[in-house]
Amino acid sequence: MTVTRIDRRMAKLKTEGRPALVTYFMGGDPDYDTSLAIMKALPKAGADVIELGMPFSDPMADGPAIQAAGLRALKGGQTLVKTLAMAREFRKSDDETPIVMMGYYNPIYIHGVERFLKDAKQSGVDGLIVVDLPPEMDEELCLPAIGAGINFIRLATPTTDDRRLPRVLRNTSGFVYYVSMTGITGSALPDTSKVSAAVRRIKAHTELPVCVGFGVKTAEQARAIGASADGVVVGTAIVNAVASVLDGKGGHTADPAEAVATLVNGLAQGVRSARLAAAE
Amino acid sequence: MNKPAEPNSFRTGPDEQGMFGIFGGRFVAETLMPLILDLEHEWNAARYDPAFRAELEGLSTFYAGRPSKLYFAEGLTRHLGGAKIYLKREDLNHTGSHKINNCLGQILLAKRMGKKRIIAETGAGQHGVASATVSARFGFPCVVYMGSTDVERQKPNVFRMKLLGAEVRPVSAGHGTLKDAMNEALRDWVTNVEDTYYLIGTAAGPHPYPEMVREFQSVIGKEARAQILEQEGRLPDAIIAAVGGGSNAIGLFHPFLDDREVKIIGIEAGGHGLDGDEHCASMNAGRPGVLHGNRTYLLQNEDGQIKDGHSISAGLDYPGVGPEHSWLRDSGRVEYLPILDDEALEAFQVTTRVEGIIPALESAHAIAHAMKIAPRMKKDQTIIVNLSGRGDKDVHTVAGMMGMEI
Repeated sequence: MTVTRIDRRMAKLKTEGRPALVTYFMGGDPDYDTSLAIMKALPKAGADVIELGMPFSDPMADGPAIQAAGLRALKGGQTLVKTLAMAREFRKSDDETPIVMMGYYNPIYIHGVERFLKDAKQSGVDGLIVVDLPPEMDEELCLPAIGAGINFIRLATPTTDDRRLPRVLRNTSGFVYYVSMTGITGSALPDTSKVSAAVRRIKAHTELPVCVGFGVKTAEQARAIGASADGVVVGTAIVNAVASVLDGKGGHTADPAEAVATLVNGLAQGVRSARLAAAE
Repeated sequence: MNKPAEPNSFRTGPDEQGMFGIFGGRFVAETLMPLILDLEHEWNAARYDPAFRAELEGLSTFYAGRPSKLYFAEGLTRHLGGAKIYLKREDLNHTGSHKINNCLGQILLAKRMGKKRIIAETGAGQHGVASATVSARFGFPCVVYMGSTDVERQKPNVFRMKLLGAEVRPVSAGHGTLKDAMNEALRDWVTNVEDTYYLIGTAAGPHPYPEMVREFQSVIGKEARAQILEQEGRLPDAIIAAVGGGSNAIGLFHPFLDDREVKIIGIEAGGHGLDGDEHCASMNAGRPGVLHGNRTYLLQNEDGQIKDGHSISAGLDYPGVGPEHSWLRDSGRVEYLPILDDEALEAFQVTTRVEGIIPALESAHAIAHAMKIAPRMKKDQTIIVNLSGRGDKDVHTVAGMMGMEI
């Protein structure tokens, strides 16, 4: 498998001895230009990996915040083609920060898998997270993605037991995304000691970095989770930061990119002190 | 679409991966995958277990009232002046529709798996009522997700569910119809993985649901096939059923699939016509895509975003269809045709007047097609129409359409 920006970034952070801050935002929320400004602000604010959300009409694994963000994006005219364009535009000024596109399978299937992988590669996309493609459906997109040199990042969950874990890990690359609890995005974070135990369990099966998401909202939580995980994923909190400055009439009360940057700055400080927390 | 080579039998699907050709599959979040594998394991054990089958048969007979009658609709036949119309009377089952067949099977499975809580989605409320009914009978707490639009237009069924002890949770996302209810039920399931059984009401969703629901509903076609042979001495010339998700239709069709002389017709909701977006004819106006755990024909835009659709009938108001129907469509074995809201309404009124039977608006779509083709057929030919449910629940909608208040 080709070495991607994700592999390089994760290796670099390992030598620095700190976990990655992985930031999810919804592509096109509330509109293309604002969303692109948010994307560009993320690395400057301290994000190490960007998850670029692809809006879908029926996001079955997402909570109310990300559902609403997706609908705002679709209403604002976002399409998969535009989300790919956003990645390509971002790459003009940043060739280092890894981009992972995250969403559901149908828009990719309708775009055409081969065409999508070609477009994604050309747009500087490094990895994919597709929620509704478990290992049983690997022939759909996972194996073609690997062939195209794009990481297919799999979700492991509390229901993925030791018997099933090898199957989930087999075609995973880039990193493993551990979903901290059973449920939808934006729920409450479970006990961090439980999460650490789960991270250890997965690490016993793989050399890949393990990032933890679902429920991480504050710098303090990022610090606590980052003590054991190789990365901390924050999504709903970022989407909420965008929503909090929208006036509901198509305008905003403050700059959404700045609202996101302020939040991500705090989170970045959280992950940077995580290993100190672990050593305490 | 590419037409696959005609198989020796149309009754062998799905394969081990849960596929009917390119349709079906298991497109679900990892959190649900272990649950679906467990369910498949348990279903495969139960379906061949004589004790499980005996318990289901007992309940079907003494609780649901099976077998349902195959009724020669003399009034309708005379009114149309052509082929003899037979109605398979699923409306006479306990709870008033075919939905009880599937719910009894799945509740026994839930009990066998040691589950503690039932969730279900519903459109017209027929499946919600059947789910609430079996939950009451077997002592399970039951939560039914129902689109807020449907809650409004199916008030009698909402009240029935509440009487039966179920909690009805209205879902306001999207147009507030069956698709949105199913999204919300899946979100509940992914959260409550330990103790919850998801009782899907139609022959769709991730494998093994399409196969399992078909097997529980096939009792309709098995009975109808034996009954027509006894009453007419030969197989019917045509069988017709309405298709939303398609559980009553696959239940009637499946036992007839290899009887090549029987014409099989599925009726989709044509709404206000197929020109715009105001219909739910996914197999006539949609294309294959992935939603709710399976690949199937879907109403969607060029970006792969799912459309909401429209039908006068809440039970047909769904932008997808069970994957086996998609496969039967592409293989050419079953013909799928649209019937408009107005045509269904007309059939509803005619059936009520000449037969003294108030059909569900879903079933009225199937009757409407029989009304189109019967006059052109010979008098010794026969058509079986699946009268999948009774129409009491629809009287408010029909009154509204007729400009009346009740």
